[in-house]
Amino acid sequence: MKPYSAWKLIGHALRGHKHWPEAWRAAEPKKTYDVVIIGGGGHGLSTAYYLAKNHGIRNVAVLERGWLGGGNIGRNTTIVRSNYMIDGNVPFYEHSMKLWEALSHDLNFNVMLSQRGHMILGHSADQMQAHIRRANTMRAHGIDAEILSREDLMREVPYLDYSDNARFPIHGAIIQRRAGTARHDAVAWGYARAADRLGVDIVENCEVLDFVREGDRITGVETSRGRIEAGAIGLAVAGHTTELARKTGLDLPIESHVLQAFVTEGIKPLIDHVIAFGAEHFYISQSDKGSLVFGGNLDGYNSYAQRGNLPIVGSVSEIALAIAPCFSRLRLLRHWGGVMDMSMDGSPIISRTPIDGLYLNGGWCYGGFKATPASGWCFAHTIANDAPHELNACFSLDRFREGVQIDEAGSGPIPGHH
Amino acid sequence: MLRIPCPFCGERDHHEFGYGGDASIERPALDDRSMDKWYRYVFVRENPKGRHRELWQHVSGCRAWLVVERDTRTHEIFDVQLAADTMEEGARG
Repeated sequence: MKPYSAWKLIGHALRGHKHWPEAWRAAEPKKTYDVVIIGGGGHGLSTAYYLAKNHGIRNVAVLERGWLGGGNIGRNTTIVRSNYMIDGNVPFYEHSMKLWEALSHDLNFNVMLSQRGHMILGHSADQMQAHIRRANTMRAHGIDAEILSREDLMREVPYLDYSDNARFPIHGAIIQRRAGTARHDAVAWGYARAADRLGVDIVENCEVLDFVREGDRITGVETSRGRIEAGAIGLAVAGHTTELARKTGLDLPIESHVLQAFVTEGIKPLIDHVIAFGAEHFYISQSDKGSLVFGGNLDGYNSYAQRGNLPIVGSVSEIALAIAPCFSRLRLLRHWGGVMDMSMDGSPIISRTPIDGLYLNGGWCYGGFKATPASGWCFAHTIANDAPHELNACFSLDRFREGVQIDEAGSGPIPGHH
Repeated sequence: MLRIPCPFCGERDHHEFGYGGDASIERPALDDRSMDKWYRYVFVRENPKGRHRELWQHVSGCRAWLVVERDTRTHEIFDVQLAADTMEEGARG
């Protein structure tokens, strides 16, 4: 398959865009692969791509139960950032940010990365001190961060509520200018196409029903399209990790919860950044089509329903109006839900497992999208070498037993609270 | 909207309730020195896709703790009991 280019675009435009070839093959599953990745979302596809690109392992299949990119890669609020503060998270997410910055060229697919800046508002002097500490930590690790004063914000983001009526007065913000948004669907398609060009088979409508064992080792999968043998198997099915892991006998520190996202009708350009509220969980940006895209907290109880309930719709809308009363007359067009793997410390698991031949990528909570490139990069390394990369060594499954959780929010082992 | 039939207050909207998580976890005895048992108590959850026994507290009502059996796919509620009646002593801290 030939690379996309400006010349190709012009050529196809002249022919009415009727002759574009398919972006990836609809592969028939083979009997045997070196590596099988279960889950054709962002993390599974990026893992397959980096297995082929970084490690030369091209006899790889990605098995997807439904259609490619139909899970959380297509349901998130598209935010990418690396404003973390805890050991382990800081270098991992910054590596991801750097991969994002080169991703469109690397994949030969425009993922529409928009480094519009991500800011978290501060609503008290104390919170500004915490923001300054975070900014200093980030800068000490070579990550960009700035503190904006209230006056800076009033110039740069004039539509927020700076009045005396504001329930949570705005004191300033921390901003990471390199952060922003990326087109989520394009990330799935771009990785799929790039992996396919390197020889990876992407098999849709192929549900994994069970695992094939030989002694203590897992050597393949039974699928709705027949048995497939594999030298190594990677799970990348966040949201349903425990459902599949149960079939291997693995018990995991994960619960599934639903997270909702929302879009309004399209309006003229208003929000230039990604803005996160500091007094509650809320984040908002404006899509290229003009819709305001926003989200908030989990619904708060175990759920596998890919839809949410009304209390969160109400509370998220209230927060939106609390920071910018000018949103009040916008109509909500759609809201939807995705099923999250909520891990017990709020951080992911990219790890070997106690079972030979089985590797685990999950527990992404609701921070998986921004991690898509680094997650695949590290998971591919872990599978290829049967050992973690230094960037994901801390995200091991053992850490819960060892007492070295990575709890960025400091909220303890309650999955719904991260 | 989930509606939970509270034994004292009748069927009420779920925003009146606080969620307390999996009701099937058993806390090891305080003098139990098995690291594996404590690991499983603190971190490991069954997380079923289907029927789930879970704790809810009627925070904005009678404040009773309830054990609710609910389907995590459809939110259908099968059973509601008072936690005080159904949970074994020491089941949860």
